[in-house]
Amino acid sequence: MFAPFMLHAWIVATLVAISAGSVGFFVVARRASFAAHALPLGAFPGAAAASLLGVNELWGLAGFAVLGVLAIDQLQRAGRREVASALWLTGALALGMLLLSLSGRYAESVYGLLFGNLLGIDAAELALVGGCSVVMLVLLAVIARPLLLDSLSRELAAAAGARPSALELLFLGVLGIAAAIAVPVVGALLVFSLMVGPGSAARAFTNHPWSALALTVGISLLTIWSAIALAYVSNWPVGFFVGVAGILCYVVGRWRGGAAALAHSL
Amino acid sequence: MSTTVALDRVGVRLGERSVLREVSFALQPAQFCALIGPNGSGKTTLLRAILGFIPLSSGRIDAPTAGIGYVPQKISIDPGLPLRARDIVALGLDGARFGMRLPSKTRAAQVEEMLRAVGAAEFADQRSGALSGGQQQRVLLAHALVRRPKLLLLDEPLANLDVGSTADIVALLRRLARDYGTAVLLSAHDMNPLLPAVDRIVYLANGCAVSGKAEDVVRTEVLSRLYGYHVDVLRVHGRVVVVAGERDETRIALERDPIHTVTVP
Amino acid sequence: MISGVGAGFISAFWSNGPVRVALAVGGGAAVVCAVVGLSTVMRRQSFAGHALADISGAGGSAAYLLGINPLLGFIGLAGLAAGVMEMAQVQEARERDLVTGVVLGAGLGLAALLLYLDVTLRSVSNAAISILFGSMFSIAPSIVPTVLTIAVIALAASVLVFRPLLVSSLSVDMARAQGVNVRTASLVHALALALAVALAAITVGAILATALLIGPAAAALQVARKPVSALVLAVAIGLGATWGGIVLAYDSFYWTLGHGWPVSFFIVMLIGGAYVLTSVLAHRDVGALTASPLSGCQER
Repeated sequence: MFAPFMLHAWIVATLVAISAGSVGFFVVARRASFAAHALPLGAFPGAAAASLLGVNELWGLAGFAVLGVLAIDQLQRAGRREVASALWLTGALALGMLLLSLSGRYAESVYGLLFGNLLGIDAAELALVGGCSVVMLVLLAVIARPLLLDSLSRELAAAAGARPSALELLFLGVLGIAAAIAVPVVGALLVFSLMVGPGSAARAFTNHPWSALALTVGISLLTIWSAIALAYVSNWPVGFFVGVAGILCYVVGRWRGGAAALAHSL
Repeated sequence: MSTTVALDRVGVRLGERSVLREVSFALQPAQFCALIGPNGSGKTTLLRAILGFIPLSSGRIDAPTAGIGYVPQKISIDPGLPLRARDIVALGLDGARFGMRLPSKTRAAQVEEMLRAVGAAEFADQRSGALSGGQQQRVLLAHALVRRPKLLLLDEPLANLDVGSTADIVALLRRLARDYGTAVLLSAHDMNPLLPAVDRIVYLANGCAVSGKAEDVVRTEVLSRLYGYHVDVLRVHGRVVVVAGERDETRIALERDPIHTVTVP
Repeated sequence: MISGVGAGFISAFWSNGPVRVALAVGGGAAVVCAVVGLSTVMRRQSFAGHALADISGAGGSAAYLLGINPLLGFIGLAGLAAGVMEMAQVQEARERDLVTGVVLGAGLGLAALLLYLDVTLRSVSNAAISILFGSMFSIAPSIVPTVLTIAVIALAASVLVFRPLLVSSLSVDMARAQGVNVRTASLVHALALALAVALAAITVGAILATALLIGPAAAALQVARKPVSALVLAVAIGLGATWGGIVLAYDSFYWTLGHGWPVSFFIVMLIGGAYVLTSVLAHRDVGALTASPLSGCQER
């Protein structure tokens, strides 16, 4: 499990968990599960396009993540938030499907992209993933406070001098970067599970926002490390274990939250 | 005269908190009554209890079993819904029924009449979500009234309205209560726009209520007994203001002689 | 690259068995999705609808593993997930978003595992593609009657609770005051939603089903002013996109020789186009609306 060829996988997974976990805290606070699901899945045609053009997959993913951010932001202004995510998502997926069908390498690549692939990350990609995570974390640290206020109340953030529309765009941008680097490892379909599950558990254990953020990252690391270990042993897809861990996190959080509320009322 | 709704020593607990302790009052047909009380005094809870949405912990409520009209608090119509003002009123008529309906002339006429009665006829074909707050309030009123309920409950309908719309809605309610014989109970935290128009007020504080004519209820002695400590009722520039005095002075005296409900005839 | 839209094309199109099956199944799915989708979008349940669709993919994968008809798998898992979400009885919007998210994650995880098993145990290598992205031209003709029966049931259920759902999307309390049994209405809607999603999944695939469910309804809601016209418009857009997509996909065999483009691609793109078009129309309307109060002032 700790053979040299697995080393890259462990490092990338750790980077992915840190970035997905820290964004995940805000995904839960802002009720943005659907956007967190739509962005990575919508980045999927990027990988297909990259394979057609013969460039690195990650560039394609990042490109489509950016397109997704702009499209969802624009559609949100026009109509309902969930509808915006749904339309971008299905449109991008359909395009990805067309690109894959044209490129000829169909079934295997679809499966790996959607449900995750442990191996196949080289040193150059590792550097790229590392760079992206650093950029994303810095950006998130810059906007964290106004973003938290905005999640509480749009009016409050505006009154404090923040621009909610700009914050939303920046948040989607951070989400997009986190999504792009996570897709090759966890799979486009299950990236959001890594964001939502840990976040939903963390909020039940602490009332302090920043310790909740730290706890989210911690649980996210635990999730992905155990998912990779289990996937390695069983040969089953990583995504399966991430998805199951997500619902476990939620149940634990709900149970613990319920117990806390009870203790409080007594 | 028959009674439309009667509350007898009503108590409601929400979780651990006792929101209402002993509330008693009654409304007659065509009476226009304001439910006044500070924020958090349990006005919404009381309305929901009359509707039967929350169980009572004590006492009883005699309310019309069918046909209570209701407009909830802070409702703003989603601009994404394809509903004209006309459709919302029609939904008041038969929105609870299953299945689709065939177009009917009598129904359309009923809806049209109601729209005219609340002064919403001129914007009846616009998308409801795009209407102003006052206009939406009229439409929701028509929705609640179109089945001619015996009792109409309105939760803070005047919040977020400008002065002009407030006066219009109050006058409209006054007229509709008389024309339709409907008893109207309307909650508000500010009684001033309502005082000239209402027949009675129910003042809610401290889990209890005092009801009667405004001039009998909104008095220093009466409200002090209700609050359980001294409050002053001041009349300044034609407005009534209730100001809390020193809490501890009167409390001891009042605790010896606990009152819960005072009904001034 | 020259498409033969002539008499020859038309006769070949109509005499093609798989095309006729696709037209029937796709048409049924489109109508049901448009009607059910309308209530879904109005109740702000787009995410839940999408989640059900994705989760039904796990059912489709299980069906391959068991060797039964995928439609049964789609219906089974969509129904199960709808039941779970409905039973969780979450009122608060934030919590609903989370429950949907984690249930979706678990469902997709299951789909990942089942598809992996499909490939390793049953060596059905194209299972992932046809379950997730649909394969309309390979639907077995024998299931057409089943599909149409399900379509009728879902339509009836949706029409039954249409009005109560309209009132409760205005305000749940107002609906209750009026005597609407909110619980029953939303349960019936969940059932209709599960059936609609299963039909959409078999048509355009589990992860594209959302487009058929949400797209036509969302587009119609932008321009329609009254409920009935929203209903008619949504059905028209859904049917137009589905049938149009089938025609284009059939025609695409002539574009890149011998290698047709996926039907689902065309359907989703046509629906997206319809949404963009209605957006533009709606914004012109908003312009007109903001102008009218001014003219009202001048009259005074």
